[in-house]
Amino acid sequence: MTGTAILFAALVFWLLAWAANQRLARLDLTGPAKWAINLAIPVLFGVTLLVLWEGIVRGLDVPQVVMPPPSMVWDRITESTEMLWADFVQTFVRAVIPGYLMGCALGFTIAVLIDRSPFWKAGVMPVGNLMSALPIIGIAPIMVMWFGFDWQSKAAVVVVMTFFPMLVNTMAGLSAAGRMERDLMQTYASSYGQELIKLRLPAAMPFIFNALKINSTLALIGAIVAEFFGTPIVGMGFRISTAVGSLNIDLVWAEIFVAALAGSLTYGAIALAERRITFWHPSNRRVR
Amino acid sequence: MIKRSVLPILTVLGIILTVWYAGTVGMNWRVESERLERMGLERTTMEMVELTMSMERPILPAPHQVWAEIQSSVFERSPTSRRSLVYHAWITLSSTLVGFAMGTLLGVLLAVGIVHSRVLDKSLLPWIIASQTIPILAIAPMIIIVFNTVGVTGLLPKAFISTYLAFFPVAIGMTKGLRSPEAMHLDLMHTYNASRSEIFWKLRLPSSLPYLLASMKIAVAIALVGAIVGELPTGAVAGLGARLLSGSYYGQTIQIWSALFMAAFMSALLVYSIGWIGAWVNKRMGARDVHV
Repeated sequence: MTGTAILFAALVFWLLAWAANQRLARLDLTGPAKWAINLAIPVLFGVTLLVLWEGIVRGLDVPQVVMPPPSMVWDRITESTEMLWADFVQTFVRAVIPGYLMGCALGFTIAVLIDRSPFWKAGVMPVGNLMSALPIIGIAPIMVMWFGFDWQSKAAVVVVMTFFPMLVNTMAGLSAAGRMERDLMQTYASSYGQELIKLRLPAAMPFIFNALKINSTLALIGAIVAEFFGTPIVGMGFRISTAVGSLNIDLVWAEIFVAALAGSLTYGAIALAERRITFWHPSNRRVR
Repeated sequence: MIKRSVLPILTVLGIILTVWYAGTVGMNWRVESERLERMGLERTTMEMVELTMSMERPILPAPHQVWAEIQSSVFERSPTSRRSLVYHAWITLSSTLVGFAMGTLLGVLLAVGIVHSRVLDKSLLPWIIASQTIPILAIAPMIIIVFNTVGVTGLLPKAFISTYLAFFPVAIGMTKGLRSPEAMHLDLMHTYNASRSEIFWKLRLPSSLPYLLASMKIAVAIALVGAIVGELPTGAVAGLGARLLSGSYYGQTIQIWSALFMAAFMSALLVYSIGWIGAWVNKRMGARDVHV
């Protein structure tokens, strides 16, 4: 096929998919059929994007240096699976996961400890709020200097980045339980620990999960950007910056695919856990 | 309320400062004592403490060293000089603002489309959420290089990264805001036989403004992060990100910390000024605060 024909075919596919989505969105169904359609519409939309991308790149002969077609990226992913896996382990398994767990656990623990004293709460809350709005990612060069080039410095960046959102959200969540429920716990003569575990922590869960979700994307970004400031010769951030340097743009897209997959799966897992644990929250209740 | 929290905040800040000074002494101690040993000099403990706070390339600079560096690079150099922090801050700020404006516009347009079209709602919204799991900051170097090969350089590629980060909170917050009018108000508009555009301009848009401003606060903070990271791959030319990078190349820790504080100051300034605008708009419209 010539270039124009490919471009034309992609455009026709786009129009057809759009029309199909219009139809699907108008259908009023219930039960599993509705669930299937709510899944089918975004999937069709995504496939259309890929077809358009492939069609435009091939049809208009866009140089591969600027934008490789998705098929080429897929080839690259299947070819260099081993390298991608090594990068994934270095960045995600060694830096992101320990840093994420430590940062979140630290933020949570300190929030619970501080929560007992109104004085510390009044002092830490505004400072924490300010800190979580600051570009903390800038500490990456300092951490690389302190902890060396390997994964320890990346994990340190992730710890600091995830700490403040968790701290602020947990503190906000711990004061979310209503006056009436607390009074009820008091009439039951519950101790501080009982009130915390049975009432206030469950009430804080939506806030904590909010922080977990925010942090899951922050952690990946922090680790990859920290690798720009110095790294051993493996890792997603390292691979991206060297591949850009040698104009291997398809490899960059392959790394992006891995990062997006890891990010989406983490986010999905957290969202699933949230649904299980905060089943009582209005946003998770099924409309009858 | 404000008065009651001043003392706790000052206490927390005081503790941070104390820990910082202690950290300065602790972390610089070994390097400094090794240096003195090589030179064969003996110092008392007090002199050592003083020396750890006046090193040229400390592992952790003392707060007053950072402050002195900020002062000298902000006030004592002309703002157009390449050694002035104001010059670099302005470069970062300009691309932050351009990216923030484009991102807000894109977010609002997407939200309007999502609220008015069922197809867009069902097909676009999941992808907008998925788009944020791609660490755009990680592909910033590629975006810069690709734009460069096409011939677009300077401000726009960096602003584009800020746009990508900033549009998300605005799109989500604005969608929530445009849907916030109560069913009763919508029904009232229907009884007035209002058209879709009239409902939009007279009911949906005014009631979405508090949501928009709340999400703009988040957007401007991450637009700044985007601009800073966008400056990294251009090879340390200009901007706060370039100051961070060149500082880390040459071990100029004081320079890194002062750039960091400048970025923090700018971020706080931007977030608070949008907060003030938001409070003013809310007051004018007689609305109550919302949390997005």
